[in-house]
Amino acid sequence: MPPSIALRMNHALPAEHRERLLRIGRETDFPQGARLFEEGGHADRFWIVRSGTVALDMHVPGRRPPVIETIGVGDLVGWSWLYEPFVWQLGAGAVTSVRAYEFDAVAVRLMCLNDAEFGRAVEHWVGRVLAHRLNAARARLVDLYGIYETKEER
Amino acid sequence: MTAVPVPHRVVARRPETADTVTLRFEPVGRPLPDFLPGQFAMVHAFGRGEIPVSVSSVQATGGLAHTVRSVGAVSDGLCAVRVGDVVGIRGPYGTSWELERARGRDVVIVAGGIGFAPLRPLILGALAEPEAYRRINVLIGARTPSDLIARAEVASWATAYTGVTVDQPEPDWRGDVGVVTQLLGRAHFEPEETTAFVCGPEPMIRATARELIQHGVPHDRVQVSLERNMRCATGHCGHCQLGPVLVCQAGPVVDWAQAEPLLAVREL
Repeated sequence: MPPSIALRMNHALPAEHRERLLRIGRETDFPQGARLFEEGGHADRFWIVRSGTVALDMHVPGRRPPVIETIGVGDLVGWSWLYEPFVWQLGAGAVTSVRAYEFDAVAVRLMCLNDAEFGRAVEHWVGRVLAHRLNAARARLVDLYGIYETKEER
Repeated sequence: MTAVPVPHRVVARRPETADTVTLRFEPVGRPLPDFLPGQFAMVHAFGRGEIPVSVSSVQATGGLAHTVRSVGAVSDGLCAVRVGDVVGIRGPYGTSWELERARGRDVVIVAGGIGFAPLRPLILGALAEPEAYRRINVLIGARTPSDLIARAEVASWATAYTGVTVDQPEPDWRGDVGVVTQLLGRAHFEPEETTAFVCGPEPMIRATARELIQHGVPHDRVQVSLERNMRCATGHCGHCQLGPVLVCQAGPVVDWAQAEPLLAVREL
């Protein structure tokens, strides 16, 4: 089974909701190096990567933004569009050329308001993505700070 | 198998990272029995002691080699040896990766940090007969790009998917950043028809095994390599006991169905 949009969204979005969402998505391309959004900006869109890699980064004055995490095929880029105050918490740039489905945040939020079942499904999906990334971040904390180390007795 | 260290001469020494070297050995006298990928030896640095180290190359494919990271007195000593020096090796000990169980199936191999070394002979074994497997996927995670082992070799492997990710990128790093489990979504495998092999720090093993099972890989088709404090390697001293299991004999390679309940016990 190749990685696909279906593989990722299947986990949390039932087929009928997934199809509704994809109907309002549009295909878009980003050349290598293009910025998808900047930290602190208004979160008015989100994307699902079809090919390529997106890097999430953080603004550090006077330095190149350090990469926090990379996101690949089938992954959701952006969750701040779902939660007030709808402000990007990180920046994002295309590491390679990227093909993606782009979604208008206001349109999707309106669909969520108008159809409670669809809204629950979308929130469940984004929530699962968030939980997964939180767990990954915690695992990296363990690794980076050496809380767990291979040790032979000295 | 022998309980007495057998002298082996270092015939090649390759620095892998700032604190990790791969040492290739030839027996000074009689050779040890052939090792299988996943098994370990007790490697003796004369005057310092001995430590358990999984094989990173076996006699059948390129000669006996161990990849050692400097984390203590004995491993410091082993990392400092030069070509021509002699160390003691006894083994082979423990269980091996069951690559046979993966025949005709998709293969997912997940390595974290120095856990790449015990998986290397398994990967080479699989790549030597690619027609025996459906799709071979290799996923590698490391703390930083400088901690990655055998980067050029990894880049040359013809797999369905090879992914490399780091926790902390360096300025020239253009690859993935994040935990190794995030690469699973990009690998090419049908979960119900997959055999997985995982080696790395225990939290990484747990996270990876859980994610594989969430994807649908059966518990008994996820093989992991457990790290415990082996001292005698012959099942006598009990240092490596994990509940009812002596890891030096029943492990280090076990399937997740066996390992999961043991690793969930807080006191073990």
